[in-house]
Amino acid sequence: MSNSNNHVEVKDVTFYRGKRKIYDGLNVAFPRGKITAIMGPSGTGKTTLLRMIGGQLKADSGEVLVDGSNVGTMSRGDLFELRKNKMGMLFQTSGLFTDLNVFDNVAFPLRTHTDLPDDMIRDLVLMKLEAVGLRGARDLFPAELSGGMVRRVALARSIAMDPELIMYDEPFTGLDPISMGMILRLIRGLNEALGLTSLLVSHDVEESCQIADYLCIVSGGKVIGFGTPDELRNGDNAEVRQFLNGDPDGPVPFHYPADDYRADLFAGEA
Amino acid sequence: MLKHVRSLGQVGVQSIQSIGRAGMLFTQSVTWGGPGSAGFLDLIRQIHSVGVRSLSIIIVAGFFVGMVLALQGYNILVKFGSVSALGTMVSLTLLRELGPVLAALLFAGRAGSALTAEIGLMKATEQLSAMEMMGVDPLKRVITPRLWAGVISVPILALLFSTVGIWGGAFVAVDMLGLYDGAYWSNMANTVEFYEDVVQGLIKAAVFGVVVTWIAVYQGYDAAPTSEGIGKATTQTVVISSLAILGLDFILTAVMLGGV
Repeated sequence: MSNSNNHVEVKDVTFYRGKRKIYDGLNVAFPRGKITAIMGPSGTGKTTLLRMIGGQLKADSGEVLVDGSNVGTMSRGDLFELRKNKMGMLFQTSGLFTDLNVFDNVAFPLRTHTDLPDDMIRDLVLMKLEAVGLRGARDLFPAELSGGMVRRVALARSIAMDPELIMYDEPFTGLDPISMGMILRLIRGLNEALGLTSLLVSHDVEESCQIADYLCIVSGGKVIGFGTPDELRNGDNAEVRQFLNGDPDGPVPFHYPADDYRADLFAGEA
Repeated sequence: MLKHVRSLGQVGVQSIQSIGRAGMLFTQSVTWGGPGSAGFLDLIRQIHSVGVRSLSIIIVAGFFVGMVLALQGYNILVKFGSVSALGTMVSLTLLRELGPVLAALLFAGRAGSALTAEIGLMKATEQLSAMEMMGVDPLKRVITPRLWAGVISVPILALLFSTVGIWGGAFVAVDMLGLYDGAYWSNMANTVEFYEDVVQGLIKAAVFGVVVTWIAVYQGYDAAPTSEGIGKATTQTVVISSLAILGLDFILTAVMLGGV
């Protein structure tokens, strides 16, 4: 499984949140330069996986390798260096700085990490904003933007330092169809133009299948399916097919585990 | 019964863990420098936001406290025929005690709660996480300048509080009650010692500044990222810092007077 075509490798990872086991021996590898959509039912820890790759959460056991180096055991300094130069992440709520306007938000990583002169930073920021179609909105504050625009600004900011790996946490949630189309185009376009490795957490099956090279279906703390959308749709794993088709009942039951229905109803009369 | 014992133990464990996290936050954010560290300008901006913006409440409160002190003091001292000591009484009470304590309490309510809410909201809206993923350490970028701004601001605010309070006292004593202004000012000048009164008051204020700001940034940073969590954290900031100020005040006073 270990080869240089994999940008991120997760090896035998166990993760607990409190006493609840989220991952139990998770093994998965994400190929370089491809879009991989991480999908699965709500609450299975998809975002947790992204945060472990970004080093914000540490696995209780096992290794998370980014470019061959173990994120979990890295020193704080090395971890920040890695995030600064190699990683970008788009958060569910975007995480734009509400006290800065669009321009300053995108300029933030450049001003913090580089000694570039102001006019060069200006050019770079305008290039990033042009890429997401918001060069004209540079003077607006986050509160003045629509949901889709907020996400595009956040995207411009996360590619400001030209990362090699970008992670999207639920990028389609709560967007109207037009904004959704724009984000889809941007994710695909960035991937093709810059050769970024893109990890995408989502449960929008249709949208994810449109742009993802691979799907990684996570359920019950393990990967239950990994492959191209077509492979998985035609595969023989019933749970994967249930998820991709959105069937209400199947291997994942409609009913939360409970006592026998009849016995439960009669128990009230006793 | 056992359940209650257990929950008591849990509270104990949680508070010790919380103190540990607060300690780690302090040691990691008290020094400057590190990934994406804040600069001098950030410090100035924070001093403006927590210090300068607290000026109005500090000045108004200080003036009234000074006026009340003079009024009460006059009515007590007049029974002993020693109203000429009024200036001394007002100034020493303010410089040694009420200046630092009340300025710190007002600071906790005005600026401490705002710091907690601001940092808590930055956490809830993933601004701190986003910063971290851009290779910028939020402890260094967000917490450090705020912590230092509080530490620098509180002693200055306390000194202003005392100064305005002494003027307020003079206004009541001299202009309203007709005390001879020479008695008010010259007795004050003769009895107030720079080191024993002014500097020791400033040391108190500096300690309160560290503690209040520390509690405020910690509560914000550690808040549950929900509206309820932030509300709770803001309340906690005011409650815990008020108690800490009053408790520490006794300890510091005892140490400084050396009488206990």
